[in-house]
Amino acid sequence: MVRTALDYKGKLKPTWCPGCGDFGVLTALFNAFARLDLDPNNIAIVSGIGCSSRLPGFASTYGVHSLHGRALPIGQGVKLANPEVEVVVVGGDGDAFAIGGGHFPHAARRNIDLTYIVMNNRIYGLTKGQVAPTSDVNFRTVSSPYGNFEEPINPVAFAISVGATFAARGFSGKVDQLTDLIVAAITHRGFAFLEVISPCVTFNKVHTYKYFQEKVTPLPAEYQPDDRTKAIEMAQVMQDVIYTGIFYRQEKLTYHDWISKIMEGVRPVTPKELVLSQK
Amino acid sequence: MDQVRKTVVLEGSRGVAEAVRLCRPNVIAAYPITPQTHIVENLSQMVADGLLKAENIRVESEHSAASAVLGASAAGARAYTATTSQGFLLMLEVLYNMAGLRLPVVLTAVNRGISAPLTIHNDIQDSLAARDTGFVQLYAEDNQEALDMHIQAFKIAEDHRVLLPVLIGMDGFILTHSFEPVSLPTQEEVDEFLPPYKPVFYLTPKAPLTMGTKTDPEFYTEARYMLHKAQQNARQVIVEVAQEFKEKFGRFSGDLIDTYLTEDAEIIFVSMGSLVSNLRAIAQELRQEGKKVGVLKIRAFRPFPFEEIVRAISGAKIVIVMEKDISLGATGVLAQEIRAAFYGKANVPRLSGFVVGLGGRDVTRETVLKGLRLAQESDHLCTFLDLNPELLEEV
Ligand SMILES: Cc1ncc(C[n+]2csc(CCOP(=O)(O)OP(=O)(O)O)c2C)c(N)n1
Ligand code: SF4
Repeated sequence: MVRTALDYKGKLKPTWCPGCGDFGVLTALFNAFARLDLDPNNIAIVSGIGCSSRLPGFASTYGVHSLHGRALPIGQGVKLANPEVEVVVVGGDGDAFAIGGGHFPHAARRNIDLTYIVMNNRIYGLTKGQVAPTSDVNFRTVSSPYGNFEEPINPVAFAISVGATFAARGFSGKVDQLTDLIVAAITHRGFAFLEVISPCVTFNKVHTYKYFQEKVTPLPAEYQPDDRTKAIEMAQVMQDVIYTGIFYRQEKLTYHDWISKIMEGVRPVTPKELVLSQK
Repeated sequence: MDQVRKTVVLEGSRGVAEAVRLCRPNVIAAYPITPQTHIVENLSQMVADGLLKAENIRVESEHSAASAVLGASAAGARAYTATTSQGFLLMLEVLYNMAGLRLPVVLTAVNRGISAPLTIHNDIQDSLAARDTGFVQLYAEDNQEALDMHIQAFKIAEDHRVLLPVLIGMDGFILTHSFEPVSLPTQEEVDEFLPPYKPVFYLTPKAPLTMGTKTDPEFYTEARYMLHKAQQNARQVIVEVAQEFKEKFGRFSGDLIDTYLTEDAEIIFVSMGSLVSNLRAIAQELRQEGKKVGVLKIRAFRPFPFEEIVRAISGAKIVIVMEKDISLGATGVLAQEIRAAFYGKANVPRLSGFVVGLGGRDVTRETVLKGLRLAQESDHLCTFLDLNPELLEEV
């Protein structure tokens, strides 16, 4: 049976503002599911809270719209309970790097086999336009009227530095490339991180489609995603060009590979061991 | 702009921000969450405009916001934060710690329902989760009271007989986003009313100390007892501060409880927050029909005014508690506490508890009158009003 993107479309119509970057992500995600011919009943999309975190509600797959910042641990719980399920965790840059920032390094270094898609609009969309940990220095918002003076986090560089075994960047204005990247992320064994530049047309009047369209450039054809240092360097290029594509990829045992080894050896406790452990 | 006292029409959030500005906090830390955002955004703007000399930290979560104001207060600063709902719940661990360390932080607890299911609308289930933290807890009925309460809150918190954090419950959207005329005190008046914070213990190189060290069983109980004692002291301090406030600002803005038409009332509604205003209007209407109805407002939820409540309502035949919260598996929180207040007393009125207005559902005149009818027929331990049977299909 060959599925189409429509098979993943849910009953709820997206509530995003017209023109929101997150529409492109939803389209690319459905395209990627269709290309991989995944059974919608075998996909769980887990999110936190934010405009972008509303995504699971718009799909016909299983979904959890959870708590702000907690998408990753919840996604990991789903994956651990049922390793057969294709787990895709989604959310915003605030969800990922502000309130949920503490979870990210641990999911990455655990190399748990799931895909994490962060829609980066460099602002808090849902709460109406406050400064985010991805906002530029001097960026003015309702919560930073005198300009932001905290250095922004670079999601891809951050992911690689904390041990993600797959790190990529796409742009919601380039749906075909984004589809390829999502396919690559889902098929990667281990923790796959994908940052999607996804403009907030309502509250971010600086980092607009136009701003990104002029800068977004695919990584050079000769680029090899096997060098961590080089990958971090390329991810940090932000001035005139912003690279998209796969920055880093590494094959490594996944969390589940380790766990299954332990599970294989599980046996009942003997009466003798019980007596000993009571002493 | 602060030279003369003015009456201005302000959004509730702006009124709170103005009150906080007048209290000259040194440190503000917050994370945005609807419907708290306008309070903190107004404060950010004031800092940007040079109207408030405060360090304003836009932290990465509410757990961090609470922790940052804890640290600031420990260092001897006057510190302020605001949150609601999920953000409030995320703060909880720190709130216990803050009270235990006797740090007089002031927190605006905008009231919003909690997840799941996700809601951004008003009820008071969120801040009631802090019931046992040690925070002094005040609930505002309208925007003037919210504004006044913040000015009082710092004074109550910083009183050396109390030295506890104070939270002000304020109904999300209903108060935070509605415009009302409020009287705005002058800076001079507030400065006279609220002198700079003088901590008893704080982190200073002059007298090094460690806060919050581990205790063994020979100390812990006494520390908790002293917290409890401080709560009891707060009872008196709230009353004194209310009097002082009246003298300074020319209006009484309330202390522990407030009563409306209760003197000869046979039926008394009890509630907290903005719902009290609705109940006042309905009581007035029923009075015109010759029914002896009154209203009791719980203004201070912690310390809980047991005696004052009993005195105010023991003359009634029927007491009807209307509350936007539920202690799942028990009853409404307020009903529980009012019942406890009456244990062992003479002249105990009949009492019914109703759960209304969860997740922003309107509490209409009909809702209240239905409660009244039901309470007259029989006593209700805990009844939800306005349930939609169509949504209650068993699965
Ligand atoms: C514990 C908690 N704190 C705060 C909020 C309020 N809140 C909801 S979404 C959000 C940030 C939204 O930004 P982001 O995660 O980048 O997603 P976007 O809306 O931009 O897609 C905030 C602060 C919340 N829901 N829960
Ligand atoms: S506010 Fe911004 S992020 Fe949210 S739906 Fe609208 S455009 Fe998208």
